[in-house]
Amino acid sequence: MNKLKKHTKVDFATYLGVIAAWGLVMLAQSQHWLGRSTMGLLVPICCYVVMAISLNLTVGIMGELSLGHAGFMGVGAFTGVIVSQSLAVSVASPTLRLVLAMVIGAVLAGITGFLIGIPVLRLRGDYLAIVTLAFGEIIKELITCLIVGHDENGLHIVFNYNGLKGADDLNMTPAGKIIIKGAQGATGTETIATFTAGVILILVALVIVLNLIHSRTGRAVMALRDNRIAAESVGIPVTRYKMTAFVISAAIAGSAGALYGLNYSNLVASKFDFNTSILVLVFVVLGGLGNMWGSIIAAVVLYVLPEELRALGNLRMLIYAVVLIAVMLGTNSAGGRALFAKLIPHRKKREEV
Amino acid sequence: MKKTLAIVLAVIMCVALFTGCTEKTDGNDTAKNNTFKIGASGPLTGDAAIYGTAVMNAAKIAVDEINAKGGYQIEFNPQDDEADGEKAVNAYNTLIDWGMQVMCGPVTTGSAIAASAEAYKGRVFCLTPSASSTDVTANKDNMFQLCFTDPNQGTGAATYMSENMPGHKIAVIYRNDDAYSQGIRDTFYAEAQAKGLDIVYEGTFTKDTQTDFSVQLTAAQAAGADLMFLPIYYQPASVILTQAKAMNYAPTFFGVDGMDGILTMEGFDTSLAEGVMLLTPFAADADDEMTKAFVAEYEKRYGETPNQFAADGYDVIYVLYNALLDSGCTPDMSASEICEKLIAQIQTMSYDGLTGKAMTWGSNGEVSKMPVAVVIKDGVYVSA
Repeated sequence: MNKLKKHTKVDFATYLGVIAAWGLVMLAQSQHWLGRSTMGLLVPICCYVVMAISLNLTVGIMGELSLGHAGFMGVGAFTGVIVSQSLAVSVASPTLRLVLAMVIGAVLAGITGFLIGIPVLRLRGDYLAIVTLAFGEIIKELITCLIVGHDENGLHIVFNYNGLKGADDLNMTPAGKIIIKGAQGATGTETIATFTAGVILILVALVIVLNLIHSRTGRAVMALRDNRIAAESVGIPVTRYKMTAFVISAAIAGSAGALYGLNYSNLVASKFDFNTSILVLVFVVLGGLGNMWGSIIAAVVLYVLPEELRALGNLRMLIYAVVLIAVMLGTNSAGGRALFAKLIPHRKKREEV
Repeated sequence: MKKTLAIVLAVIMCVALFTGCTEKTDGNDTAKNNTFKIGASGPLTGDAAIYGTAVMNAAKIAVDEINAKGGYQIEFNPQDDEADGEKAVNAYNTLIDWGMQVMCGPVTTGSAIAASAEAYKGRVFCLTPSASSTDVTANKDNMFQLCFTDPNQGTGAATYMSENMPGHKIAVIYRNDDAYSQGIRDTFYAEAQAKGLDIVYEGTFTKDTQTDFSVQLTAAQAAGADLMFLPIYYQPASVILTQAKAMNYAPTFFGVDGMDGILTMEGFDTSLAEGVMLLTPFAADADDEMTKAFVAEYEKRYGETPNQFAADGYDVIYVLYNALLDSGCTPDMSASEICEKLIAQIQTMSYDGLTGKAMTWGSNGEVSKMPVAVVIKDGVYVSA
């Protein structure tokens, strides 16, 4: 094992850690150690972990601040719901439907990412952050205008651009079922998301992202992040590599969205707003930019924390904020780092992974 | 390898973090056997916090009154759901772990749709004080509403306008990314067409644009509207009132139950709400004994006049308690046993509460009671 490269070891440890966590949860579940509240958190945790991995690819590896990532999640979520609900009769197996929903959600989010990437990736730094924020909001508003139904003739879609259209404009047969009702979102979705599917999605996302990072493409993307001019001067095509990373990131976010959408019977577009983008960004920043296992742990801990603090009543949001600030200060100040170094005495200076 | 070990340990710690917190669930099963556990979920933080807080405050009054009388006691557990479907499911699961037998809530529509799907699968009886969309109760036999449904509010407002305020030119401003607002507007529009009301302008806004209404107000004024229907929550409504005042545009404003709460909003000049009409099942100035006693107690405890949500919360606890007693439920029964009994009981019972006399429920979960139009005069509601 010592012959393996350092980053390979870390990668395998990350996979093993995820699988071990899955094993432990399954064990705890079979022994009924887990309460309803913990069980209910499992699938959303998986969704946010995948979101954090996906955003870390954009922010940590590509070095571009994206503030509209929840938009891709929203595209994936609503696509997933439409796929799952409209195939409810023709595809009986919920597992197969979930997989189809996640794949098609990823594809559509990837296409959205590509379209957005064309103008956005020409920008740098703050400008890119502002434009992604705007696109995230645009995606949300567009979904709000969608009215979608399904009957035996297939999908019916109306774009409610002036706010005056309703379910009647779908012209469905009486057997038809409305899947998305504009602002009222998707209701009555059959909840087919499972924790195991979520863990498999995490592993797939990890395999894709970690292999990408250590590939030729990944090195080119990181070279662009570290010094764009130097990278360009040795002939690395900027747009192609950035676009590759951005589309993959969007597609992974889309599949996380599909899993999320199929975990709740009610889904509204306003869920995928700026706040959700920032929430995921907080997971990424606290976990460490470019550090995938850090993102995973940050997402799990920060998602579970406010739920476990429910016992504190009104104080819980305050405590959550204090913990965020403490982690920031602790990991970013010289004093805090010295403390960590003392706690782990033999730890050598970390190499760049 | 040390790092590998550290990572694995860290993951194990994370898992231990949230498995460790569930041990308490088994310990609670041996509750005192004369206490019903009623859980509640609503927004106690965030934009809609006034609704959740009012419901919980009033529900606590009802619980204390019942417990003071003796007999079967109630243990009440309110949880925050931030008016978010995802958080509402988390809150519901937390309550199930706590041992909830009956649920009061969720308070807001989006939360209620998400949590009621779980409650339907888990067979827990729910009576929501204020989640008004028909999607909340659709296809769920265990979900009941104490408030009017959105269609009822929309048609009710249109009917009231055609009977009492004929000949007005009507403008509607609504939020088209919100299930509640869009739902009421749709039924209002349909009924207004049927009744021949003259809608001269419709303006929309979204969550992100609810801080400025100058465009919609100017357009409504230009269209000559002298009656403005606002099927929206009170925060955007307060902005509309302020901006209309600033541009000297003074139509009659007409709201629905979401407008309730505007008088207790922090930093809002209540003189701006003078003359605003709204359709609500509860007026705090009503002179029956029950309302007077409730209002006095609420003012004593919390220092403000209760709104309609508070009255809904108070009624929910009494309806649940009466139904529990009348159907012969005992605290040692499981949530699913109680659920089946209450589903049968609530459809046969009638209840006189703060928000209506002789309330009855149909099998679709909707309540039947009469709405009352009130107008704001000198900072309080007066029956119109």
